[in-house]
Amino acid sequence: MAKAIFKKEIRLSGSGGQGLITAGIILARAAVIEKHRVTQTQTYGPESRGGASRADVIISNAEFYYPEATRFDILITLTQEAYDRHSFNLKDDGILIADNTSVKNITLLDSEVYELPFADIAQQKLGSLLPTNIITLGFLVRITNVVSEASLKKAIENSMKPQYVEMNLKAMKIGFKLADEYKKED
Amino acid sequence: MSKNNTIKKREPVLMQGNEAIARGALDAGVNFYAGYPITPSTEIAEIFSYELPRRGGKFIQMEDEIASISAIIGGSLAGAKTMTATSGPGFSLMLEGIGFAKMTETPCVVVNVMRGGPSTGLPTKPSQSDIMQARWGGHGDAPAIVLYPNSVMESYELSIRAVNLAEKYRTCVVLLSDEVLAHMRETVNLPDLSKIKIIDRIKPTIPPEWYKHFPENPKYPMPMASFGEGYRFHVTGLSHDEKGFPTNKAKEISRMMERFRKKIEYYIEDIVQIESFFMEDAKIAIFTAGITARAAKEAVMKARKRGIKVGLLRPLTIWPFPDGAVKKYLGDKKAIIVPELNEGQLSHELKRVMGGIWNYEIRKTKNIVELHKNSGELITPEEIFQTIREVK
Repeated sequence: MAKAIFKKEIRLSGSGGQGLITAGIILARAAVIEKHRVTQTQTYGPESRGGASRADVIISNAEFYYPEATRFDILITLTQEAYDRHSFNLKDDGILIADNTSVKNITLLDSEVYELPFADIAQQKLGSLLPTNIITLGFLVRITNVVSEASLKKAIENSMKPQYVEMNLKAMKIGFKLADEYKKED
Repeated sequence: MSKNNTIKKREPVLMQGNEAIARGALDAGVNFYAGYPITPSTEIAEIFSYELPRRGGKFIQMEDEIASISAIIGGSLAGAKTMTATSGPGFSLMLEGIGFAKMTETPCVVVNVMRGGPSTGLPTKPSQSDIMQARWGGHGDAPAIVLYPNSVMESYELSIRAVNLAEKYRTCVVLLSDEVLAHMRETVNLPDLSKIKIIDRIKPTIPPEWYKHFPENPKYPMPMASFGEGYRFHVTGLSHDEKGFPTNKAKEISRMMERFRKKIEYYIEDIVQIESFFMEDAKIAIFTAGITARAAKEAVMKARKRGIKVGLLRPLTIWPFPDGAVKKYLGDKKAIIVPELNEGQLSHELKRVMGGIWNYEIRKTKNIVELHKNSGELITPEEIFQTIREVK
């Protein structure tokens, strides 16, 4: 039986310094572990902090050519500006994950929308805003199963400096738990 | 940077375009790098800075781009395989040195990761506006070999090829990339080192007193002695004779100039690489290179699904321009679409080949449709597809 072709276009958007490109790389590495075809691209301003930033990851089991996401299956927005800029290109059946610490105004009707104060949760549970990206990524993976959780864990371990692995694995698990609780609330 | 930077066993990995260029050059034997970091090429310098010292090579961060190109020419004359990487603003500064490398037939590779210009322009946005500069930027008639990949894997392959061609034809080869290609990451499966063809410099075997650094009728690869090996030769930017000493003799000057031209012209088959993508039965053709070819391929697939016969012709070697392939593949097409991230550089050259830049009648019948973007964004598959529908 021929394997069904799948292609997921994912955009992680927010502002510079939020670790979105790192999260994109980790997600891409997880997909490479699963032997998928992957491209990961990004745009950012001349400044590495502040300014709009985004990372795209395209994962497929078939050949594709254009490396940037154009119509998103999954969209993460960590700022209102990112939401305003990118939400129009989310597919009707796409999934939006928004940090409602910053994204206050969501107008989407058709899509599956998940809103949580990821930045606040990171600050409360881990005492730092830095792991916001990994909490969000853990949430994304448990909700969408776009890669397996084992691959995600391995990718985090391969991508982080040893001293940061533990905190980020903790962040990933917080993301998983948030997803489970979110599902229950539904 | 993570521990993924050390590849022990060659299995599929996620790699960045710039990293692939550095890996390719290292695998091709580059052992000397001098450069001045500039976005979006900086990762190349970064990787060389820790890979070269531990492999017994040398890395120098120079004070600017003029010093960088000078240092890699010097390194090459001393026997090293050398590279530097930069972007538009730095490339402009290097042009004088690139001319010197070509004049003195000193092998070296300059990577230009294109960003928006002119001047400082758009450091973090892609562009393809240095295509003409890579050929005509420096003064004087000089040969040019310029390569331009369209994927991370190909960045690796063409980096090896750039080093090989530089060594073989004893010239400065330019490897183009662009901000998106350089920064994007893709799955790559690097070949085993034993499967990679490496061209190493040939050393002269004749007695030193017979040695001519610039022989009249050389074979390529052309033997080349290094400084300090007992072979005497002179290196100057002035027009020179076979030993390298300045000359004003008309015969010697034209002989030298002819040879510069011919060493590219005669070996064009060896130098030029093109990709033909769904061209066999295509009625409409797209002609583009680098990152824009990725959008073009997506557009071709989309159009094919709707029964429109479109293909893509993509030069991997931009210079020398593949006149023969262009005529062969594009001569009978109903329309040729040329999307590029500049204001018409590849299309300018295409029009030259297809029957005269100023001959509007020919241009009209050939129906060359230009699609430009200069805003720092990529041309999307959708935009190319719309153009296909318009010319159909």
